[in-house]
Amino acid sequence: MKDKKNYCKDISFSEAGPGDAGKTGSWRIARPVLDPQICTPGKRNAPACYICWLYCPDGVITRGIPPKIDYEYCKGCGICAQECPTKAITMVDESSFLEGAEEDPCK
Amino acid sequence: MQVIESGNVAAALGVKLARARVIAAYPITPQTPLTEKLSEYIESGEMDAEYIPVESEHSALAVCIAAASTGARAFTATSANGLLYMHEQIHWAAGARLPLVMCVVNRGVGAPWTVWNDHQDSISQRDTGWIQLYANDHQQIIDTVLKAFLLAEEVMVPVMVCYDGYLLSHTYMPFDVPDSSLTDRFLPPYNPAYSLDPKRPANLNTVTLPDVRPDIRGDMAHGYMEIRYLLHKSMLDAIPALKKIDERFASVFGRGGAPFIEPYLCEDAEYVAVSLGSLSYHLRDVVDMLRGEGIKAGVMSVHLYRPFPAEIIAQALSSCRGVIIFEKALSYGYQGALTSDIKSALYRHTQDSSARPSIVNYILGLGGREIATHHLYEAFKSSCSPDGMKGEETRWIGLKF
Ligand code: SF4
Ligand code: SF4
Repeated sequence: MKDKKNYCKDISFSEAGPGDAGKTGSWRIARPVLDPQICTPGKRNAPACYICWLYCPDGVITRGIPPKIDYEYCKGCGICAQECPTKAITMVDESSFLEGAEEDPCK
Repeated sequence: MQVIESGNVAAALGVKLARARVIAAYPITPQTPLTEKLSEYIESGEMDAEYIPVESEHSALAVCIAAASTGARAFTATSANGLLYMHEQIHWAAGARLPLVMCVVNRGVGAPWTVWNDHQDSISQRDTGWIQLYANDHQQIIDTVLKAFLLAEEVMVPVMVCYDGYLLSHTYMPFDVPDSSLTDRFLPPYNPAYSLDPKRPANLNTVTLPDVRPDIRGDMAHGYMEIRYLLHKSMLDAIPALKKIDERFASVFGRGGAPFIEPYLCEDAEYVAVSLGSLSYHLRDVVDMLRGEGIKAGVMSVHLYRPFPAEIIAQALSSCRGVIIFEKALSYGYQGALTSDIKSALYRHTQDSSARPSIVNYILGLGGREIATHHLYEAFKSSCSPDGMKGEETRWIGLKF
């Protein structure tokens, strides 16, 4: 290591924040879809719960009313859907969001 | 100041003078007196450092890795199975590019149990990405420990300082303990390029992908392969770095001049023995005996084993007829690792293949089997002819069947 200033580049070094491996949303095969009618903050129009925010390993869910998911980075792990106590989040197959999804070429 | 002390104390004095700030070690024969000494220095206030007792060698190195990540100069020491127990963390420390120094007090590895000396422990860690230096006597132990910290911090690669269990660790020899005003001049406090800081939280050595990846700012971050390539490159940089450090050492302490290899009567030698550690000094007696009989013999110690100074070693050996490598370790099912390394160095660096020296490899002293001077003499002498170099390449000395 001739130039020590490069140290943080010469090892694997990550800082907190979305997108440490780029736009990881492209990794997703299932999309978490949040129903604000069921979600507690959405239903009560008040900050509450936020278990999904707490559990999301990518830190891509806001503490909003209702919470918002950043699909540019959400990897589709499904933890939020699993943990949500009201079952407000459903994992939906990404293929159904593709243009012309109805004409599935595999069929 | 001249003292008469054991090799383990020589190492401990080196670590004290290097002002290591964190020591974590688990006692194992024959390393134990070294760490006991360090804990005494810390307990008495002679040394300003934290001694962290641990329940295993794996934890000892894990503690040193954590300490070095916060910017502390850290040290550990072990032997044999303790070193093998660290193995996972040994690779980790190298990939994490932490400038740790570890003394390996060489001992054979089990099974069967042995507490006695050979080199199988450190040789088995050859490919971990640590620099390996071998000391031949007590003066070299203390001097090498001091140089090791500077070298590790210069190239950001951890360093093992290896010396023979019992033969050096527990024997007493006179050596010079340099004054701390000089060692402080030689080795300034460690100034890390990065250290963990709660104000700037970061994850070190996180999972990489097969490919490069953009970081949170969108800058490209290296993948596993780039990081590993850079480790290899820094290992190679350690060769010129060690040369400079040795020159700096010589200018401060008046000792040095042989950072990579230490030849003895090799200049006009037709047959050169090569070895690691104290055995190479033992072989000097045999060289003197052979010279007395008119045989042009010499012996070369290898101080720097990884990175392997291939070109320097090949140049030193290329004009002799035979190279006789005495090893206290082997790659089971093939031959001594040093023998393979020297052969590949000669293959690469001798253009004329017919001028390449012949090679013989002796395996000896495993598990502390006594190495008698007459055994060395007989083996060395029997190899000092074209016929003597023929036949089995790897030969064992001292077996009693
Ligand atoms: S699917 Fe996983 S990554 Fe995406 S929002 Fe839910 S918890 Fe976060
Ligand atoms: S865990 Fe479920 S209910 Fe709670 S905030 Fe998240 S989506 Fe809403």
